[in-house]
Amino acid sequence: MEILNKTLTEIRESLQKKEIGVEELIKTCLQHIANTEPKINAFITLREEEELLEEARQLDRQGPDPNQPLWGIPLGIKDVLTTKNLRTTCGSKILENFVPVYDAFVVEKLKAAGAIILGKQNMDEFAMGSSTENSAFGPTKNPWDLSRVPGGSSGGSAASVAARQCFGAIGTDTGGSIRQPASFCGLVGLKPTYGRVSRYGLIAYGSSFDQAGPLTRSVQDAALLLEVIAGHDPKDSTSLNAPVPKYSQSITSLSATKFTFGLPKEYLGEGLDPEVEKVFQSTIKLIENLGGEIKEISLPHTQYAIATYYILVMAEASSNLARFDGVRYGVRNAEAKTLKELYELSRSQGFGDEVQRRIMLGTYVLSAGYYDAYYKKAAQVRRLLSEDFVQAWKECDFILAPVSPTPAFKLGSTINDPLKMYLMDIYTTSLNLAGLPGLSLPIGLSSDNLPIGAQIIGPKLSEEKLLALASKLEEALPKLPLPPLS
Amino acid sequence: MKITKEEVKQIATLARLKLPEEKVEIYQKQFSAILDYMEKLKEIDTKEVNPLYSPAELKNVFREDEVKKDLDREEILKNAPKTDGEFFIVPKII
Repeated sequence: MEILNKTLTEIRESLQKKEIGVEELIKTCLQHIANTEPKINAFITLREEEELLEEARQLDRQGPDPNQPLWGIPLGIKDVLTTKNLRTTCGSKILENFVPVYDAFVVEKLKAAGAIILGKQNMDEFAMGSSTENSAFGPTKNPWDLSRVPGGSSGGSAASVAARQCFGAIGTDTGGSIRQPASFCGLVGLKPTYGRVSRYGLIAYGSSFDQAGPLTRSVQDAALLLEVIAGHDPKDSTSLNAPVPKYSQSITSLSATKFTFGLPKEYLGEGLDPEVEKVFQSTIKLIENLGGEIKEISLPHTQYAIATYYILVMAEASSNLARFDGVRYGVRNAEAKTLKELYELSRSQGFGDEVQRRIMLGTYVLSAGYYDAYYKKAAQVRRLLSEDFVQAWKECDFILAPVSPTPAFKLGSTINDPLKMYLMDIYTTSLNLAGLPGLSLPIGLSSDNLPIGAQIIGPKLSEEKLLALASKLEEALPKLPLPPLS
Repeated sequence: MKITKEEVKQIATLARLKLPEEKVEIYQKQFSAILDYMEKLKEIDTKEVNPLYSPAELKNVFREDEVKKDLDREEILKNAPKTDGEFFIVPKII
């Protein structure tokens, strides 16, 4: 099983050198998934073994291709990205039978790069949640401690990569859904700049926030995956038409010696778990030892970020999820007699509690009489939050921040208190509001042996430098042990 | 922000959801707490602030208006709960 502990970059080399065949590697992964899946429940849909092996054999016959940077590498995909002829549920009952007829842009890119997609990974329903407990297919457990959540909403992807079921995964991040599960599971998680990666085929939750990105076991791996999935796409009108750097190469060539980290004073106050703070403080020292400058900065509107984020994202959700009406796809209620009843019964039966809660609150803040007080007001505060960062970049190159106020929490501990769950997103939502990239990096363990992450936040389209810097830090940081379940 | 049970039901209707009676009360309490928290934004003066609806702030992304075929009818109808092979079928409207 040692082969499964390799990083994506390492297994890539083994495959290219033919130290291991693709078929053998897939068999090893499937065996390991069969052993670990009953404990963690990371996949909603795993592809048929025979189909995977046939795909692997074909790659073995063809041999490595220099134009396929992910040749033969087994990956997982969060179940919110459409996959042609492979069921895509969004963790929801309403889509339990949905089989897309096209691939998401990201999936198309991965396939063209030679990756093997093992299956679709568990998530909070429609990406709404921070624990993967809001899945209609049962919660995912954290491989570091099975009584704890893996984070969310990309919790299935994070748990799977941490448990060595696959070598990397693509998740999505609307308010922290890549970075927070990455930090709970001891992984690298990158939320790219808004528009860096096409949203075509990403089933929308908050369209002005959603971004797909990698969850991996090293910074180099994240660079390689981003290089494959980034790029302009005419099918997404918000996709940025900017050249895609060779992230995986510049990571070593760019010197990341002189840099200033801003430390937002608003992030280090009340509510931060002492264990997280301790590990975070030691990372600050490490950065100073590496020659980095640390400077206190201010993001003065931080205290308004969560309210702003939730008003806007719920409004967008209520609009985006109107498409699930039991007519064109998804589950339809059998008893409905009228069209209105068909909509209401299909939706109430198909959506879980958190999704219905957000749709209703979104409907409320968009409704006549409340639009200006909530939706427009929040969009104005979004501008202020975004300008906080513009000011910050005058003083520092990157911002260093915790990812989550606590390490992974126990299953069931926040699920009945939605507001309490929302407040956990304090460090992650601001950068989605501003459209900035952020990378979550494992920085240590708590006394209970739970991973703790820190995030590096950069200006728009700064991924190249951000990855180079993260890689430098990764080198200097103590390496995490294997999770107990791996 | 106190939300009444009637308001919860009204919001559900607007959102095309049907709530069982026992859920109305739960949502009433949760909505009141969540909206109370959101009241926070009232502290800030935003009179002169231009709203930011999307971080992309791209304007008028145009493309040529060309007819292209992405999917055929069969594919489009593939996931529909009820069709007659040509159209989506819903309960009678008029």
